[in-house]
Amino acid sequence: MSKYMVNLKINNTPIQVEEGTTILEAAKRLNFRIPTLCNHPDLTVAGNCRVCVVEVKGARLLAASCATPVSEGMEVNTNSEKVRIARKHVLELLLSEHNADCTKCFKNGHCELQELASEYRYGDHIFIDLVKSGDKTLDISSPSITKDSSKCIRCQRCVRTCTELQSVSALAVVNKGDHQTISTFLGKPLNDVVCTNCGQCINRCPTGALYERNYMEEVWHAIYDPNKFVVVETAPATRVALGEDLGIETGQRVTGKMVSALRKMGFNKVLDTDFTADLTIMEEGTELLTRLKKAIVDKDETVKLPMMTSCSPGWVKFQEHMYPDMLDNLSSCKSPQQMFGALAKTYYADKINIKAENMVVVSIMPCTAKKFECNRSEMRDSGFKDVDYVLTTRELAMMIKQAGIEFDKLEDDNYDSILGESSGAAVIFGTTGGVMEAALRTAYEIVTGNEVPFTNLNIQPVRGMEGVKEATIKIKNTKPEWSFLEGVDLNVAVAHGLANAKQLMDSVQSGESNYHFIEVMGCPGGCIGGGGQPIPTSAEIRKRRSDAIYAEDMGKSIRKSHENPEIVEVYKEYLTHPLGHKSHELLHTHYKARKRY
Amino acid sequence: MEQKQLKKIDIIFGWDDKCTPIQVVEKSIKKTPENIILDMIDSGLKGRGGAGFPTGLKWKFCRNEEAETKYVICNADEGEPGTFKDREILDRVPEKIFAGMTICGFVIGAREGYIYIRGEYNFMLKTLQNKIDIFNQQLQTLKVDFHIFMRSGSGAYVCGEESALFESMEGKRGEPRNKPPYPTVAGYNGKPTVINNVETLVYTSEICRMGPEKFKALGTSDSRGSKVFSVSGDTPIAGIYELELGMPLKDFVDEFGDGDTKAIQVGGASGHCVPRKKFNDTIIGFEGIPTGGSMMIFNSSRSMYNVLHDYLEFFTEESCGQCTPCRIGCQQLLKGIEAVKKGERPPAYLDDLKRLTGTMKIAAKCGLGQSVANPFTSIVDNFREEIIY
Repeated sequence: MSKYMVNLKINNTPIQVEEGTTILEAAKRLNFRIPTLCNHPDLTVAGNCRVCVVEVKGARLLAASCATPVSEGMEVNTNSEKVRIARKHVLELLLSEHNADCTKCFKNGHCELQELASEYRYGDHIFIDLVKSGDKTLDISSPSITKDSSKCIRCQRCVRTCTELQSVSALAVVNKGDHQTISTFLGKPLNDVVCTNCGQCINRCPTGALYERNYMEEVWHAIYDPNKFVVVETAPATRVALGEDLGIETGQRVTGKMVSALRKMGFNKVLDTDFTADLTIMEEGTELLTRLKKAIVDKDETVKLPMMTSCSPGWVKFQEHMYPDMLDNLSSCKSPQQMFGALAKTYYADKINIKAENMVVVSIMPCTAKKFECNRSEMRDSGFKDVDYVLTTRELAMMIKQAGIEFDKLEDDNYDSILGESSGAAVIFGTTGGVMEAALRTAYEIVTGNEVPFTNLNIQPVRGMEGVKEATIKIKNTKPEWSFLEGVDLNVAVAHGLANAKQLMDSVQSGESNYHFIEVMGCPGGCIGGGGQPIPTSAEIRKRRSDAIYAEDMGKSIRKSHENPEIVEVYKEYLTHPLGHKSHELLHTHYKARKRY
Repeated sequence: MEQKQLKKIDIIFGWDDKCTPIQVVEKSIKKTPENIILDMIDSGLKGRGGAGFPTGLKWKFCRNEEAETKYVICNADEGEPGTFKDREILDRVPEKIFAGMTICGFVIGAREGYIYIRGEYNFMLKTLQNKIDIFNQQLQTLKVDFHIFMRSGSGAYVCGEESALFESMEGKRGEPRNKPPYPTVAGYNGKPTVINNVETLVYTSEICRMGPEKFKALGTSDSRGSKVFSVSGDTPIAGIYELELGMPLKDFVDEFGDGDTKAIQVGGASGHCVPRKKFNDTIIGFEGIPTGGSMMIFNSSRSMYNVLHDYLEFFTEESCGQCTPCRIGCQQLLKGIEAVKKGERPPAYLDDLKRLTGTMKIAAKCGLGQSVANPFTSIVDNFREEIIY
């Protein structure tokens, strides 16, 4: 027996676990479920909701099982009379403070408090109603996130998410006692503070206190309007997660079913953001090579390196707030969503002979920050609002249910063309490291004429869930026009989750690191872990979604963005060449410095 | 049960010119840390902040931890309603606190000591800092590698809870931590820490000065020594008194009451209310009712509903708010007795609330929420009619 093993009994069942294991984890291994609310696998332990209390023999106090490590000889009872009474009290107290208008709540059916309440079947709410509701508790200032403090149970998961995972700290605990609440700085509207709209707080909120600003009714309205031509685009990461909200196992790809459902819902054209992901690679890859040339050959000191990706609007806003003096390092490329909108209402509208003013572009995103992004004033280069509405994966799942579509029984369907074809490189945009990998597949080939030197084009060093990943790729056998890059070690780095991004940015700012190109995704795991994805989330769930993304990539006949025939076509017919005049007009943007408070 | 007569003692504020606090330090560091721990354990000294953990054991646990950095912290966040003895100690004999801290540092292997002083005592910061500077200088002359610093609190009651105090010292929001780990393992900055009340530290230096025998000659087997009491309320002689532990409450009332004493709140808002009929068989000490020193005397002109209402208002406001039983429980108790008083809830609702305090007592995260049951049940049980009518 290892000296690091501890013996204990839970509900009279003996178990041996490693030292440091919590009672909660040990009980789980014996298949005893202990209810929790403030606990979350991605976050540090808080131990503040007290719903997980258990009785430990000989102890005066009940122990919060999420926060109490096991000890030798411990005898735990997870369902004693004392425990039951305490748990019932805790739940009743939470309900006395909670605005339980469940039938009107966006999280109805997806609420952990509601689940526990129904599990314990409380008929007798003995305590006095303490709910503070009304205008003051509701913050609808943000186009991305709605905050309703009348639903808040003060578990502080959002605070820990915003601080620990994202280093943003837009949400914090303020005041004490009966005035204690979760607040922005000085209680300002969410839209006026450092919030990046990443929505990670939503993914971890156990109740309806935080949820996306939803646009489902607006989209239905557009679909029903005979004068509107409604085009829908779907992000790479939605296809590997949507199924989770529709009764399909985690990690299953539902691309074909999703396309089929969208068509049945009445969208006029079902198109793919992956197409503009490929386009992004063309523009961004060329931008990188251009910057390198200016820096190395022209010795232009105004060129900013490392260049940083700009597809993640949460990351972009983070940079605008936290590192405003490094905005020139951000690629000027719009995100694939916005490239799609700009192209749809110009090139595509012309092609299919629809007036842009009658076109409505809806995008299905794993993201809440995209809702903010589509409302940015810069995003109107088509002459109209380029993307009209952004729906999260969750909203789409709800709409599919509303439409009465039995999702799991759908036959696979294909995207419309044009703006529907994509490469494997575009699909992997949905997971951390994907943009980097896609960019390298194309850029390396532009420079050398050869494929990237990795088996099956899979650039393993930039894959995986490590917070910050680094890779160095030696450029060899360049074409004559790129000879200045011969023998150059291209240093790249990838970060996901804003706390990791901050770490990376600090190393860049201090001059410790020497990268040429950096990919940052605002959310843990990249878009597959986005703030608009099905709830719950955990490292394991994100891993399975990510595996599905790479499987989708491997299954594609085209694996490189520049080989996408529709991309070749759009340059030939319309854009002429990457970074050309039209590209600058439609596909590139600029950023603005924002204050921290 | 072993009992003592009421007897006034003069250890805490007494001054020995032949053995000043710095001389106590000089004398103590010639001993081994183990011997000092043995003396502390032998003396029977228990923490004077209210919880009553044996001081010698606390020091021993911390000494046994292997760490490069350890800390001694003096808890001077005297926030319990009705307690004002630490203020007097800080004002009159702070050198004794410094000596206790230094000896503790010597025992556990700490080089830094901090006095965390409640925000409301900021008026004495300057004087105290001057005295600390002189003491630090004296330590340097003695070549004792220990330095005392001071930190000011910001007015939250909960920061007197040791782990919330560490959080506050670290610049964070003052919220209690999960335990274990306990402070002797991971306290301030995550390092092994001894945190003692002001008065406890003075007794440690006094035990070093006079030896454990003289200390343990006082009090009972469960409650050794004497204790400083803050006497307030309906008494003609409010003030600070050091008394031998183990006296019956009746003696106390005879000495301090105004002849019409109805109840005594022993141990401040978070303590127990003792009604007149129990004065005879209530012992002041760890075997009876332990106390951090607050003794609030109420005569028959006082409404116990108002007393309880005040306490509950206090806890409702001072709960840090992080844990459910305390944050919402306190509000429910407060609203609950109001509803019973107004007749909006039946008198039997008080029993529902008592059951709630039973949960708060065992399920709240820290001592604050756990102790609200003390005043609630003792007042409701003994003065039920005053709450209802």
